[in-house]
Amino acid sequence: MRARVFVTLKKSVFDPQGQTIADALHSMGYGTVEDVRQGKYFELDLAASDAAQARALASEVADKLLANPVIESYRVEVD
Amino acid sequence: MKFAVIVFPGSNCDQDAYHAATAVLGQHAELVWHKDTDLKGADAVILPGGFAHGDYLRTGAMARFSPIMREVRTFADRGGPVIGICNGFQVLLEAGLLPGAMLRNKGLKYRCEFVNIRVEQTDTPFTGGARAGQVLRIPIGHGEGNYYAPPDVVDKLEENRQVIFRYCASDGSSSDESNPNGSVNAIAGICSERRNVVGMMPHPERACESALGGTDGLVILESIVKAFAPA
Repeated sequence: MRARVFVTLKKSVFDPQGQTIADALHSMGYGTVEDVRQGKYFELDLAASDAAQARALASEVADKLLANPVIESYRVEVD
Repeated sequence: MKFAVIVFPGSNCDQDAYHAATAVLGQHAELVWHKDTDLKGADAVILPGGFAHGDYLRTGAMARFSPIMREVRTFADRGGPVIGICNGFQVLLEAGLLPGAMLRNKGLKYRCEFVNIRVEQTDTPFTGGARAGQVLRIPIGHGEGNYYAPPDVVDKLEENRQVIFRYCASDGSSSDESNPNGSVNAIAGICSERRNVVGMMPHPERACESALGGTDGLVILESIVKAFAPA
């Protein structure tokens, strides 16, 4: 099964790269882009029997390695 | 005394730290490869600057899986003095030996320049020879030195006097201009609760000889040497 993990800085943590990208978009005339958060994207191929197991496994490795819980949060999608 | 300088694939200040410990301070030092499982009887451990494991995933994130880090953790748990400089500080954060994390510098630029830092605490093995309030001119070289910890953790660091270096101007005053990377509370270096593990972004080993543009880094390495000097 495949899991996708999206890691971004927590809402409470300032994202200087996302802010700079938002500023750049504004200078290009995209004033309707209100905010940008930059992050990382991982594709995991998992030996898991069902979606629940895949989700649990992906969440576990995200907690332990893919994201730094001090500054980052993550979201998992499974298909 | 004897230093162990840990060498990760991608470390690039290991030779500078080794040189400072041996040629400048006249002490023994051993370069210890990250796959080694023995600190060779060292009295103090230096995690040097660089880009351990290529900074893959996050700065310092992969180094915690290097076999030698198990020994470094055991050494630190026994109260042994450990200093992480720049990338070494990032490794200590990712390994959980110090609290917090590093964000990209506020201005997004890699900053490579001399900065001033104020010594806030002198009761650590690496600041014992300095004066409280002493201003040291020491270079930095980093893109991710914007120290962050959640507010409750920062409060605890301040309460426990674990902030040992703060970015400042040459007169010792702090302002946004004197903070090169946006670190919370202008934090340039912290110590563990037990005070034996120290992490700092500036490079004292790059400021140990006048030929390098300054000698203000000496007091940090001399402090640890004095701590081990025969009475």
